[in-house]
Amino acid sequence: MSDNSRVAERPDRLTGETSEGAQELVQRLDTSRDELGREVGAVLRLDGVTLDPSEVDYERHDDETMIINMGPAHPSTHGVLRLMLELDGEFVLRTKVVIGYLHTGMEKTGETLSYVQGATNVTRMDYLSPVINELSYSLTVERLLGVDVPARATWIRMLMSELNRVSSHLVWMATNGMDLGSTSMMIYGLRERELILAFFEKTAGLRLNLNYVRPGGVAADLPDGWEDDIEVICNTIEERTYEYDQLLTGQPIFRNRLIGVGAITAEEALALCLTGPLLRSTGVPWDLRRSMPYLAYDQVDFDVIVGTYGDNFDRYAIRLNEIRESIRIIRQCVEKMPAGDYRSQDPKVTPPPRARIGESMEALIHHFKLFTEGFHVPAGEVYSAVESPRGEIGCYMVADGGPKPYRIHVRAPSFTNLQAMPLLMRGASVSDAITMISTVDPVLGEVDR
Amino acid sequence: MIPLPPLAPPGVLTDEAPACDVACFPTPAQYVDLVAAFKADGFEMCVDVCGVDYLEHFDRALPEGVTPTRFEVVANLLSLSKKRRVRVRVQAGSESPRVDSLFHLYPGTEAPERETFDMFGILFDGHPDLTRILMPEDWEGHPLRKDYGVGHIPIQFKEAPGPR
Repeated sequence: MSDNSRVAERPDRLTGETSEGAQELVQRLDTSRDELGREVGAVLRLDGVTLDPSEVDYERHDDETMIINMGPAHPSTHGVLRLMLELDGEFVLRTKVVIGYLHTGMEKTGETLSYVQGATNVTRMDYLSPVINELSYSLTVERLLGVDVPARATWIRMLMSELNRVSSHLVWMATNGMDLGSTSMMIYGLRERELILAFFEKTAGLRLNLNYVRPGGVAADLPDGWEDDIEVICNTIEERTYEYDQLLTGQPIFRNRLIGVGAITAEEALALCLTGPLLRSTGVPWDLRRSMPYLAYDQVDFDVIVGTYGDNFDRYAIRLNEIRESIRIIRQCVEKMPAGDYRSQDPKVTPPPRARIGESMEALIHHFKLFTEGFHVPAGEVYSAVESPRGEIGCYMVADGGPKPYRIHVRAPSFTNLQAMPLLMRGASVSDAITMISTVDPVLGEVDR
Repeated sequence: MIPLPPLAPPGVLTDEAPACDVACFPTPAQYVDLVAAFKADGFEMCVDVCGVDYLEHFDRALPEGVTPTRFEVVANLLSLSKKRRVRVRVQAGSESPRVDSLFHLYPGTEAPERETFDMFGILFDGHPDLTRILMPEDWEGHPLRKDYGVGHIPIQFKEAPGPR
């Protein structure tokens, strides 16, 4: 028997007016010409385009093509991504991305958690770049609160986000290598990432879902001797990126698999609202770290890597070089790291040090209030975005003055970037489709939230 | 006063927003025209469309002249050339929320609008494929509505007789 309290009033009208039932790719003969044209990408050519009927292969019979499922349990779809492909022989005609297999209602959960607890929720969305998720969340909460973060916390946040960017790109290098048959790259990428994860564990106590960046600062100061650890990490990974060059970049089979495959133009990328390496590969120099600086990115020196052709090879080259640029930023962070507090000393936001609880009544009260109810955030709504390894990750938060966010929405870059899939896949062979999924780099935890 | 694009429909209300240059409050009828005007003014990208269910907050702060409704659709526009953001907040209605789709201006709003429909039941006129995207297709209700409970899975072994 179903539990009626869980079901909101069902507007029957909705089923009448929408096709709520069909998330899937329908047969060609049952698809309208406009929709077929959409698959061709006619809408992307924008401004008053009328569909050229000759571009739509409307007359083709169903028995010539075949609709197959790739995923959701396919090893090359990087999680539970399901693609429905209409194939003509080995070539892809249409693609439909079906997502939602990892949907766990994290935005709904976020409404039931206090602002301090919220960081543990968002860190699980994009599980390859948890620090950057926490960062976008914390920046949003701090903007609503109007809390100033100490300089050291800002620089620690930068250091950790760049380390995280390197580790995320290393996983990408690894899985992309795996998808293209280079199993050694898989092992190397994960090996190098281990260095960073070990540093995370040393700093925050956890390897993956750190809950390290919190509203008001970071959870803990950097450990003793962190400069030496970072030095080793930077030197090792930088040196190994040149090994990757030898292993992959110059390798003829690898190049042939990537160059010229899956090219998109800047207009298409902008129309589809793509961000991150996908947008930069088309030659648009848009990186939030440079264009709309947050933290202290305006005080460090780095290059925004931009591609030319928008193909898979550009996206590979961008990510490889972003590792090097991130290492440049990390070195500057080590140099410029200021001394001071690693979190705001505002007692309304930051819990008092453990030792003070036994001595001070105020400290006890603040500690109790923070961990039972949490702090109150003034009413308002804010959107703030940072650059994640996959593009713009934004957090839209509505506060109503209480201790929990009224609404929290995460603008996930992979979710939007997946819309490029039908366009990229069109006309490609199935083996290239694997590469395409890989270079879009979706993280399904973030797509489905 | 905050500048609106030259082609904006007359009478659109704006407000200073804390972390965003401009928040605009068009009526549903002005919504698409306003976004089109922003697009013509150099806002190349619509980074996000999401919904908010203000069931408990009809008294929220809105500029003079905007009638609050239960559902609000928020579109975040981004101009790469001007390095500016604009938030367009449209009151979508209370009983049968419904706004026009931005799909024909920004094809990249397809998935976010589907998500908003899925989560809130807000209809988008002119959307090419308004189906559920995250929830299973036979799911009843729209989970991010405020009158939709968080829910729980009944744990069977709690009531079940023990081994002894």
